[in-house]
Amino acid sequence: MNEHQETFEQSLARLDEIVRHLEKGDLPLNDSLSLFEEGTALIRRCGAMLDEAEQKVVKLRKGPDRQPQELPFEDDNQ
Amino acid sequence: MNGERPILSVTQLNEHIRDLLDADLLLNDLCVRGELSNYKIYPSGHHYFTLKDSESSLRCVMFKSSASKLRFRPENGMSVTVFGRISVYPRDGAYQLYCSGIMPEGVGDLQIAFEQLKQKLAAEGLFDPAHKKPLPPFPRTIAIITSSAGAAVHDMIRILGHRWPLTKVILLPVRVQGVEAPPEIAGAIRYANEFEIADLIITGRGGGSIEDLWAFNDERVARAIYASRIPVISAVGHEPDVTISDYVADCRASTPSNAAEIAVPDQNEVAELLRGYEIRGGQAIHKQLAQLRERLNSFQQKRVLTDPSASIDNRRISLDYSRDRLCAAQERILAGKQQAYVRLASSLDAMSPLRVLARGYAVAEDDAGDTVKSAGQLRKGERLRLHFADGRADCRVEELLTGEQK
Repeated sequence: MNEHQETFEQSLARLDEIVRHLEKGDLPLNDSLSLFEEGTALIRRCGAMLDEAEQKVVKLRKGPDRQPQELPFEDDNQ
Repeated sequence: MNGERPILSVTQLNEHIRDLLDADLLLNDLCVRGELSNYKIYPSGHHYFTLKDSESSLRCVMFKSSASKLRFRPENGMSVTVFGRISVYPRDGAYQLYCSGIMPEGVGDLQIAFEQLKQKLAAEGLFDPAHKKPLPPFPRTIAIITSSAGAAVHDMIRILGHRWPLTKVILLPVRVQGVEAPPEIAGAIRYANEFEIADLIITGRGGGSIEDLWAFNDERVARAIYASRIPVISAVGHEPDVTISDYVADCRASTPSNAAEIAVPDQNEVAELLRGYEIRGGQAIHKQLAQLRERLNSFQQKRVLTDPSASIDNRRISLDYSRDRLCAAQERILAGKQQAYVRLASSLDAMSPLRVLARGYAVAEDDAGDTVKSAGQLRKGERLRLHFADGRADCRVEELLTGEQK
């Protein structure tokens, strides 16, 4: 799931690059079209990531060996 | 002389005076205003100082047990109110004020402590903007260091989830008030760094009195934030509350909810950004296609493409023209050659044997038809044929004379 985040940041950077290239309009049509396809696929993938994302919340406890242990976070207020 | 007056020892007198003073209600629970001077802290931990005004002074002592509760550092010249009781120190026969607390005049003691720590840490460079780390634009994991009870943590988790559910939230529960709070907060910050459990830390708590927020004015917390390699957002209390943590942190949020808003992007805005890219990309492609189509159209309007026979006609004309030029050139060349031929022929003619014969010479041939070029070739009685310009004569050699015989 951590890779997701990398992907997201990288995807946005790549999208920015793609759109700039396309807006320059100096590429051969075939290259433009394949860039456009790549961009559309990135946009779809990013959108899907956001749509499918489910927030993960954990509580951390220091284990007996000092190593972090993740516990489910329950609402202490309720 | 003495009458009934008892004779007292010094100790007895001092103790008597002490008993008198100790029995006085006012002297047992005093508030005295004055200015601190000659302030000394002994290795024992006891504080000794003089409280004075323009006309008189009062010796004071504050034992370690009371002094350790001071939240600011008393300084000479400070206007203060001192609490305590008057009693006698029998060894010196001097009365002094046994001080249980000191309150700075005007501002509260916490305010003084806050200003003092702020100045100290600022001088050390802990608030230096150059030291502040940028926050990750898309944090993978956020460590929240706060109380697991209370509204603050729930507000933060809710807002983080709404805005950017891709980020994992790890809560490190700590106490946020009381004497245990500062070491727990500082320890959690160090722990998060040691195990690299997050790429962003939010520490703070919801609103409260200045005492409630005090842990975030603690030097240990400030130093832990400063030492953190993971960027830290400080989120303490409400908008007007500013703590030392706020100054040290890489980013100050006005409230815990505000911290959650700063920490992650809003997925709606990102979706908007994605749509923007989609639109721009689509427009760019359409523009390129339109430009290509326009170029195509301009080609199509040229006569070559609209009327192919025109091009053929043109080419035919140009072919005819070329052919004419070719013919003319050929004729010029032929004429030149012809002239050269005539010149050559006339010079050939000049050298012709026929012309020689015409001048009166004859050529002799033997029987074999070979030209006779020397008398030595011939024998007596041999036949010869003489060619003249206008005919020939067959002859016989009657006599041969060669060389000197001639």
